[in-house]
Amino acid sequence: MSTVAIGDLFASSLDKVSQGVTEVENNPVLNITIFAAFVAVTMFIVLRASRNNKSASDYYAGGRSFTGPQNGFAISGDYLSAASFLGICGAIAVNGYDGFLYSIGFLVAWLVALLIVAELMRNTGKFTMADVLSFRLKQRPVRMAAALSTLAVCFFYLLAQMAGAGGLVSLLMGIDGKVGQSLVVAVVGALMIIYVLVGGMKGTTWVQIVKAVLLILGAFAMTIWVLALNGFNLSTLLSSAVNNSGVGEAILEPGQKYGENPLDFISLALALVLGTAGLPHVLMRFYTVPSAKEARRSVVWAIWLIGGFYLFTLVLGYGAAALVGADAIENAPGGVNSAAPLLALHLGGPILMGFISAVAFATILAVVAGLAITAAASFAHDIYASVIKKGKVEDPDAEVKIARRTVIVIGAVAIIGGIGVQGQNIAFLVALAFAVAASANLPTIVYSLFWKRFTTRGAVWSIYGGLGSAILLIAFSPVVSGSETAMIPGADFVLFPLSNPGIISIPLGFILGWIASITDKTVESPELAAEMDVRAHTGFGAEEAVEH
Amino acid sequence: MTDPVSTRVDFLVEEENPEFKALKRKRFSVVIPLSIGFMAWYFLYVILSTYAHDFMSTKVIGEINLGLILGLLQFVTTFAITMFYVSFANKKLDPPASAIRERLQQQSEGTTP
Repeated sequence: MSTVAIGDLFASSLDKVSQGVTEVENNPVLNITIFAAFVAVTMFIVLRASRNNKSASDYYAGGRSFTGPQNGFAISGDYLSAASFLGICGAIAVNGYDGFLYSIGFLVAWLVALLIVAELMRNTGKFTMADVLSFRLKQRPVRMAAALSTLAVCFFYLLAQMAGAGGLVSLLMGIDGKVGQSLVVAVVGALMIIYVLVGGMKGTTWVQIVKAVLLILGAFAMTIWVLALNGFNLSTLLSSAVNNSGVGEAILEPGQKYGENPLDFISLALALVLGTAGLPHVLMRFYTVPSAKEARRSVVWAIWLIGGFYLFTLVLGYGAAALVGADAIENAPGGVNSAAPLLALHLGGPILMGFISAVAFATILAVVAGLAITAAASFAHDIYASVIKKGKVEDPDAEVKIARRTVIVIGAVAIIGGIGVQGQNIAFLVALAFAVAASANLPTIVYSLFWKRFTTRGAVWSIYGGLGSAILLIAFSPVVSGSETAMIPGADFVLFPLSNPGIISIPLGFILGWIASITDKTVESPELAAEMDVRAHTGFGAEEAVEH
Repeated sequence: MTDPVSTRVDFLVEEENPEFKALKRKRFSVVIPLSIGFMAWYFLYVILSTYAHDFMSTKVIGEINLGLILGLLQFVTTFAITMFYVSFANKKLDPPASAIRERLQQQSEGTTP
């Protein structure tokens, strides 16, 4: 077939391009300069913003001083992680239509957050997800469970960001070896620890805002550029993507990636749409604003920014397929995740590539910092202060001190994990975090906000059941073993055929919470349930009494 | 977790307050149908993408096929639902919510010990 021949032709010519690419990148001085400037600027912001970090509220919730639009940018910053930028661009460039599902799922998921969760959570909580879940149930078991699932979600999310960092820097510096990439991951981890230790929530929020602006502007400029090269005609862009993709028309049609395993596609779609509203680091952002109205405003800003950005990634992904070619992307250091930087190189040369990569890198740093602070807050506030010390922490600084130490431990764990997942598609790894969040957190959030009969036992079963099943199914999935691209390439202990556990573990989380509650004889405090209900819907007790 | 400010308010009574019940009803009357609607629409899209490859590959304008158009329509509906909900919440939910909140605030700051 002629398409195949053309594909091969392009593949061979693009191999030359990608060799050229490596030579250009091996001028790492420029890249390091741009990158160092970024780190310096963001560090300055962090230092400025954190001068008034005193109380736990300052450290975890940025003193609740952010406005809706600011917080919307920060949420977008958190959400438009390396997965959204590098991962989705790569997925669309290589898998075409099937990669587009990530954009749609990640965006539609915000409706769950906006309509069901954001305002009510904002009104009942203080710092962490566990505050809400344990409001009217028994504090210690529920807090413990919620904190553990928070840590698990953060861990999977961190893995994805670390994989992105390793891939990106190996592309930039031309580092291809395992040792070099591992070193890079270690440096990212160390930088992240410093950010969080110095800046707290306020510092990381400002970094998120700056980074979100730069990322969206950068992606916008590249989108216009790609469209301009194609006469501002989407159809022209798509047909040149078809010509250069190596798979022909299939890149525009569903099934390129999940054709053989349709259930996997549905499982992924389920995890994507239900995961966002259970992501602890996103939930925590609802507490950095002064009122439910501002929480709503921030979600609206986030939806517009994120939606716009995903429209850009559609163009960028197909643009990378058209201009760089799927083979060149897959053979580059950093693999599929290097589609966006390679496209930047093709468009604007090394300077644009350096800029885009620096933005992507800042993205990773900021997201990792946000995750670390969420995990640290959860450990210090929920496990240490509430479970270990039973809510009797004498020294108010002690909790923040524990949080800071936790950050160091989390950094170390993330570094070790990140080294293990080099080369995996980041959007795919993040989807695992979404699956865990949707299975372990969302059922309990929904039940405790809307179902009076929900009990402590229901919460504990639902969280541990959803969390445990999601993690077990991942462990026995093709992600971890049984293929060359798996985390443990040599071994094969695959028992579960799908690469995303959502389709089993999410319903399981809901069913366990329901069964355990209706079979539970204990009746939870009706006073607390009423209080939670009133607070959730009116904002009483959570809003400042100043607005009249 | 419980703030001391809330101790003077009887939440069990408040929960049965018609004003409060009306607020809740109003929220659910919009949020529940919207949620069912966008979920159904999203899964329709996913299932079509999974099992109706030929249908989704139908070309509509040049290389732009039905799958891409339906995908972009997901963006459109998400933006539309967001705007609709926000204007509803600003107009219909915020005023009664803040009225109840202020009443409770006065109640809890009342002079009775």
